[in-house]
Amino acid sequence: MTTVRHAATYFESRARAYRHQWRGSAIASFLNPVMFLAAMGIGLGQLVDRQVGEAVIESVAYVTFLAPGLMATTAMQTGASDSSWPVLAGIKWLRTYHGVLTTPLTVGGLVLGHVGFATVRALFVAAIYAVVATLFGALELGGALLAILPAGLTGMAFAAAVMGYSSHLSKDIGLVNLFRYGITPMFLFSGAFFPITQLPGFIQPVAIITPTWHGVELTRAAALGTAPAWNPALHVLVLLAFVVVGVLVARRKMQERLVS
Amino acid sequence: MNSDPLVLAKGLTKRFGDLVAVDDIDFEVRAGEAFGFLGPNGAGKSSTMKMIGATSPVTDGYLEVLGMDPESQGTLIRDRLGVVPQEENLDPELPIDANLMIYGRYFGLSRPVIKERIAELLEFAQLTDRAKDKVDSLSGGMKRRLTIARSLINQPDLLLLDEPTAGLDPQARHLLWDRLYRLKQQGVTLIITTHYMDEAEQLCDRLVVMDKGKIVAEGSPAALIQEHSPREVVEARFPAGVQEGIIDRLEGIGARLEALPDRALLYTDDGDHVAAEIHARGLQPETILTRRSTLEDVFLKLTGRTLVD
Repeated sequence: MTTVRHAATYFESRARAYRHQWRGSAIASFLNPVMFLAAMGIGLGQLVDRQVGEAVIESVAYVTFLAPGLMATTAMQTGASDSSWPVLAGIKWLRTYHGVLTTPLTVGGLVLGHVGFATVRALFVAAIYAVVATLFGALELGGALLAILPAGLTGMAFAAAVMGYSSHLSKDIGLVNLFRYGITPMFLFSGAFFPITQLPGFIQPVAIITPTWHGVELTRAAALGTAPAWNPALHVLVLLAFVVVGVLVARRKMQERLVS
Repeated sequence: MNSDPLVLAKGLTKRFGDLVAVDDIDFEVRAGEAFGFLGPNGAGKSSTMKMIGATSPVTDGYLEVLGMDPESQGTLIRDRLGVVPQEENLDPELPIDANLMIYGRYFGLSRPVIKERIAELLEFAQLTDRAKDKVDSLSGGMKRRLTIARSLINQPDLLLLDEPTAGLDPQARHLLWDRLYRLKQQGVTLIITTHYMDEAEQLCDRLVVMDKGKIVAEGSPAALIQEHSPREVVEARFPAGVQEGIIDRLEGIGARLEALPDRALLYTDDGDHVAAEIHARGLQPETILTRRSTLEDVFLKLTGRTLVD
């Protein structure tokens, strides 16, 4: 119980801090879907639809196929970003976590509160995507709103997993590599832009073990009202597993580093 | 009035792998006093502070803080502590008042209470007119005052200050000492680590001298000086390269002789006599200065080294 109370307190502190920084990220959260849906969805999408007909990808226009994928992957990037440089700054550069831990707060509360706030940020970014995609005529409003939840869960999985990863780092080259060799390929190849059945057979299992693919499948199913690749409960469980493991790893490593 | 010590340590030990940072030390801190850990960098002061602050597990020995066990009651202990760390950890991107508000919320204080305290604490830290400025824009001394203000937001029973004036210019140090002195007068119990003997002399009622993880002496600054060092010191500085050749000709002038790389220290109860004797022996120091003994001299006597290398 104490941990939950501490998590709520830390969550509040992040929210309070965000009040001083939200403008820049809010504008980006709006521009990002406008630009991606215009360029990839409309621009490229019309070519795709003209070449192969609308029925090829899940019987919908390309922009409709694409929008939920981008919702999930943008939430992923939000979760991953919030748990990358900011976490290493808290541990090492600004040392703000050291300050937090001299108060009654515990490492467990800090980690949960951090992941909680990153999740809310991911939900917020997904919500903007949902609205913009609806305005673009890519999605129906009802499906778009429903898709915010699985997109938020995708963000949460990344917030937790990347926090677990960042808690082991001492230099930011590890973060650069995470985005270069992890987040970017997952963004491109985990089903957001095209079904993973387009990938060579031996690579498909790699896509399936990424949390991104599960998040994209769930988000697209919610947005379009279709069935995902697996039973939805299994997709949810995989994402929750990333949340739990990420939180536990982050808590153990940060306890070791910060309370030593 | 509760007369139990606020901090009680027996055989307290901290090891990091093979390194023994704190080696079997005993001390106690009583309510209302300003207690110091004096020693050079690496003496084990910060490790001791972190254990008292319940942010570093005790490896061995007994430690009690505010009557509680840091291992099992860390959260309850930290709730009543104020901590001023050696390395700044304010949030640079947030305004000063937001830093204090967020920190106050960590202690579960209500917003109106924190707001009231922020006004008082900014007054105390002489930062009232900077309340809305980002922390980034503050000088080193201002940041340190803000950190002290932050540490007081929960009205702590015990304030831990780890090297509070390290890296500050003399003016900022004096301002900070004045603020700490006020806290002491208000009855706040202070624990201070420092490698500056003047700081220990100014602020501490009682202190322990640490070296290589061990306590090598304990007492009030005045008592330590009286016990370990004659009243006065004559500092004789010779031209470069000359001291080595003539150092043995200084033997026997005072009660004790210490040869530092850049000067010779002669300990005595009669500085004028020693100065005269140096000249009588035909020695021509470049400068000669008689001063009172300080904790630095105590440390030199006990460890053979100076505090600030």
